[in-house]
Amino acid sequence: MEFLRPATWDEALAAKAEHPSALPIAGGTDVMVELNFDRRRPSALLDLNRVGELTKWESGRFEGQEGEVIRLGAAVPYARITRELSAQLPGLALAADTVGSPQIRNRGSVGGNLGAASPAGDAHPALLAAGRDVLVEAQSVRGTRLIPIDAFYVGVKRHSLEADELIRAVRIPVADGPQQFSKIGTRNAMVIAVCAFAVALHPKNGTVGTGIGSAAPTPRRAAEAEEFIAGELAERGLWQSGALIGPAATRRFGELVAAAASPIDDVRGTAAYRRHALAVMARRTLTWTWDAYTHSLRSAA
Amino acid sequence: MRVTFTANGRRVEADDVWEGESLLFVLRERLGLPGSKNACEQGECGSCTVYLDGEPVCSCLVAAGQVQGREVRTVEGLADPETGLDVVQQAFVDAGAVQCGFCTPGLVVQSHDLLRRNPRPSDNDIREALSGNLCRCTGYEMIMDAVRLAAARAGASGEVSR
Repeated sequence: MEFLRPATWDEALAAKAEHPSALPIAGGTDVMVELNFDRRRPSALLDLNRVGELTKWESGRFEGQEGEVIRLGAAVPYARITRELSAQLPGLALAADTVGSPQIRNRGSVGGNLGAASPAGDAHPALLAAGRDVLVEAQSVRGTRLIPIDAFYVGVKRHSLEADELIRAVRIPVADGPQQFSKIGTRNAMVIAVCAFAVALHPKNGTVGTGIGSAAPTPRRAAEAEEFIAGELAERGLWQSGALIGPAATRRFGELVAAAASPIDDVRGTAAYRRHALAVMARRTLTWTWDAYTHSLRSAA
Repeated sequence: MRVTFTANGRRVEADDVWEGESLLFVLRERLGLPGSKNACEQGECGSCTVYLDGEPVCSCLVAAGQVQGREVRTVEGLADPETGLDVVQQAFVDAGAVQCGFCTPGLVVQSHDLLRRNPRPSDNDIREALSGNLCRCTGYEMIMDAVRLAAARAGASGEVSR
């Protein structure tokens, strides 16, 4: 095995081009487990710890995305996302705070979650809910490719990166409404999600974003549930009135979220339990975000 | 490969390090620093917790090559050769928070970091800070006592060691 230690991003891209089978390592919280347990023997490790820009984030305006966007460096640790970005990216900040333990959150990052592409990765539901215009910034010596989040996950632990590409950053629109994240596990810390759900209200364009984790071969959006609830909110004028969504529509939203999943029975839980829990989490998180939205409407009036 | 870094303020060097080796293995097997314990090797138990550039991390999940040129502080580096045990270590002794002792080094480092950042932690703060450290003997009550005691003493006499 080789250990490649680029000092700059350009060196990292050159190294990945030269060694396409090299396994990138940043926080190591997934990669080292595989090495420690002899599950993986890559030809080379590509250490990204010395590439400083990967642990920075910036806000600005970017082509192809509306409004203010956070360009989140791939290796910004979860602990910093929670500390520094809970106003701009509340859903992702909540998800980040549920990852592993304090020690894990000091090292793990969204770039690592994307690179591992596990259906159970905690960041994925929040990224999906944040909008269809969330973009993964993949770079190689050939240039930059912006991959829409919906096109990123292609199979169990498989993503759409090319062999010579590295994840430079994720571009996430700043929240324009309340966001929530919810996750089921046997305890609060150190759990791989039995299932997880994220929801984001987007009052500016009248849409609702969702993301399902650990209940399908890939992280996935509950598209029908999104359409249904956006339709309800529009038809009944709720964005303007701030009135209650009501139990019938909330329940239907939960059912559609559960129906969008294709869970399996495994050591962490049964498919039936996952569907049930998703419906419950969807109802609750929708109610929480809607309560926050109506509250902000009233305090603005 | 060769890896050079600072461990507990001292420049150290390890040779013939395998590229997939963990920082924990280098500390224990190559540098004679066996304080950090090797239990789960997957970041679940926290018994290998060390400071890496001032942040507590699981040393089993850091590749040795990643610490080149960086600063590591292990449980061995908390005590002062002149003044003795750090306030957190002494509190673990006095509160009887140690039973088999295997989890203790990780808990001491993680508690040390908590008190550095938050000198007056609530019980919830302590539980949250220690949520990635497993103890299978004590039931955690004595550990909670130790952290409360360390916080009280550090508050009275200054702070935890730097």
